Order: sequence, then structure tokens, then C-alpha cells
Amino acid sequence: MIALLARDLRLAVRAGGGFGLGLAFFLIVTVLVPFGVGPETELLARIAPGILWIGALLACLLSLDRILALDWEDGSLDLLATAPLPLEALVSLKALAHWITTGLPLVLVAPALGVLLSLPAEGYLWILVSLALGTPALSVIGTFGAALTVGIKRGGLLLSLLVLPLYVPTLIFGAEAARRGAEGFSTATPLALLAGITFGTIALLPFASAAVLRINLR
Amino acid sequence: MEQRATASLWEWANPVKFLRLSGWLLPWVSWGAAICLAVGLVWGFFFTPDDFRQGSTVKIIYLHVPAALMAINIWIMMLVTSLIWVIRRHHVSALAAKAAAPVGVVMTAIALVTGALWGQPMWGTWWAWDPRLTSFLILFLFYLGYVALWEAIENPDTAADLTAILCLVGSVFALLSRYAVLFWNQGLHQGASLSLDAEENVHDVFYIPLLVCIAGFVLLFVALLLLRTRTEIRARRIKALQARERAA
Repeated sequence: MIALLARDLRLAVRAGGGFGLGLAFFLIVTVLVPFGVGPETELLARIAPGILWIGALLACLLSLDRILALDWEDGSLDLLATAPLPLEALVSLKALAHWITTGLPLVLVAPALGVLLSLPAEGYLWILVSLALGTPALSVIGTFGAALTVGIKRGGLLLSLLVLPLYVPTLIFGAEAARRGAEGFSTATPLALLAGITFGTIALLPFASAAVLRINLR
Repeated sequence: MEQRATASLWEWANPVKFLRLSGWLLPWVSWGAAICLAVGLVWGFFFTPDDFRQGSTVKIIYLHVPAALMAINIWIMMLVTSLIWVIRRHHVSALAAKAAAPVGVVMTAIALVTGALWGQPMWGTWWAWDPRLTSFLILFLFYLGYVALWEAIENPDTAADLTAILCLVGSVFALLSRYAVLFWNQGLHQGASLSLDAEENVHDVFYIPLLVCIAGFVLLFVALLLLRTRTEIRARRIKALQARERAA
């Protein structure tokens, strides 16, 4: 299992440049928003938590089709499926590798990008906490979407159409927690609900992803 | 092998029997739908009084409420047929889910559009991020994703399996979204006013033609569902015949 995780991490960092791409995308989205809505500090400060959440979500989405597509194309997915490791563990590992290479860097740079959007001082901690708690759910849900569309050629657009509605609850609670934090309110309720979604998806969704992958490998 | 004496529901999972039954039912259901809709809509539009505050705009209720009701119930029906397909592998069940989805898209669209038309004069806006409106928009997106996945996969059995699981997972997330949206914003939309146990309901003058319209929409959906499922079964047969001819 650890060897597989290490292999996925090495592949993500060394080959194809998928590692830095999400971060660069996140940066660009954050830079583009002030061009779109104007440079007033108060407006930017008010929408900053939401923008950071949407940016992180889109950056996450961008790299989803890499989770399984490359292994599918060169046939290593068939080998992994016949390995003694259960498919549920495989998809969980894939999601974990995706989170380490995409979600975690996004979490870490989000406060820095908050500076660009003049996020209020109270907001830094909460954007960090809410993203750290929410992005694993994005990776797990995304792995389900990737498993669903792995057999389809040029399935990238379809993947977004399928995954984005599934992201709605995570986004609502995550952005709500970050916004309440930035405005100085209590964040306990949305954070608890966000944690519920994250742990719920981590516990249950790999079974659906594995079932879908099994159908696609048939 | 156990012998079942009485006709069970599962017998209609046999495509031949389904075609026979649905062929017999289809004209009845279609005419029922046409009569109910004609009576309900004409009654509702021309023979009910205007509401004292909303004026004649209240009459959009005869399209809006049945369409919204169907939009939700069609998804639930797709969920049930998907479960039947996953558990018992009856092809008719999977095809019925496939046939229902586009009807659901249209019903959701009707509910959203009529709601916007009503909202403009009443709330002064076409759209508000009200929980009910937002949930419906999300439901619309779920429908679109479901239909798109059916279209994208060539092998029909794989497509049926994948869309069934998407429907199951999607249902859970649709429910989650519903409650997340309730948490996220306060509502503008009025609460339920058709329940049997509520204290204040729509007056009978509006209620009875509305019930006729709802019956009409249900029958219309059943008619479309039967028709589309029959089409799907026949399309599947033609494909099988073509494949056999190529092989021969």
C-alpha cells in the first residue's frame, strides 16, 4: 500500500507536471477575480473566503482526470485490480495521493492568496482550517467521478458536469465556515457539518468508486 | 425451481410481457392524461376566481405545482428502478430509468420557468437564492449529469450500471444539498399548503382543479414513460438483430 502511494506521489511530482498545475491555476483564478469585480478592498475582503473556496475547488477539479486516466491508458489499472489489494483500498489510496499532491498544497497557499484579496486578519486561520477539513472530501468525491468516467474518451467535461453538483454541500459548509470566521462569528456549526461530510464520504464513497471501477474494468 | 402460481410484479420485467401490457395500457393512460389536463387546465385558467392579492397570476399554480411534484417524484422513481436493476438485473427497469430522465429534465425546467414567471410580478424578481429554488436548480444539474452519462457510454449494460450507481450516490448528495441549502439561506418561497394535515391550505376552489391537473401530470408522465420504454426496448432489439446479421 505504501509502495503504491509512493509510486503515485512520485508520478504526480515528476511526470506530466500535474503537481504544480493546480497551484498555478489557483493563483491565476485569485488574480483574475479583482480584474473582474474591481479593486475595492472592502468588496474583495467580503468575497475573499468564497473566492478562495471556489478557486480551490476548481483547481481540484482540474486534476481529477489524472487520478485514474493514466493508469487506465497504460494498463496498470488492470494489474492493480488483479493485485491482492482490494479495489476499495486502491481508490482510497488514489484519493489520498490526489489530496497530498493537490489538496494539501492548495490549503497551504490559500492564506498567502488571501493577502491578495485583503482577507481580514481573523479569516486566515479559518480559511486554513475549513480548507484542510474540506479538501479531502473534494478528493474522495472527485475519485468517484474519475472512476465513473475513466472509460470514456475525452470525458473531462462530463467529469466536471458530474462532479460539480456533488461538490455543492462541501462548498456550502466550507465557504460558510470560512466566511463566518472572517467576519468574527462562531464557526462551530458549519465546521462540524463539513467534518461530517468529509468523514462520511471518506468512509462510504470508496465503496461506490470501487463498484464503478469494477464495472468499467469488466 | 420454485413454481409461482400467481402473477407476480416481476413478470412484467419480461420485455415481451411488458410490451403487451404497456401496449394495452398506453391508449387508456394517454387519453386519461389528455382529458385530465384539458379539464384541469381549462377549469383552473377560466373558471376559478382571481386571488384577492395575487390577481390572475395565481393560476400558474396549475402548471407549477404539478411539474415540481413530478420533477421530484421522477427522480425517486429513477432511484427505485436503478435499485431494481442493480439488485435483480431486469433490463426493463434500467431502460425505464433511462426513459424517465429526460421527462424529469423537462418537468424541472417547467417548474423553474413557471416559478420565474410568477416570481417576477409577485416577488419583483425572476430569481432569488431561496432554498427551494436553489435545490431545484441543483436537482436540474443532477438530471443533466445523469442524462449526459447515459449518452456518453456505448455499451448499454455498462451505461445502465454506471448511471444506476450515479443515481444512488446522486440521491444522497441531492438530499445533503437540500439541507445544506436550507442552512445557507433563508426562504422566500411559501411553505407547503397542500398537505392533508396542515391548518391553512389552499382553498377548495383552487384545490380541486389543481388535483385534476396533478392527476393529469402523473398520467402524462406514465404515458410518456411507457412510450419511451417501449421505444428503448425496440431500439435494443433492432441493435441485437443488426448485430446478429453482421455475425451471420
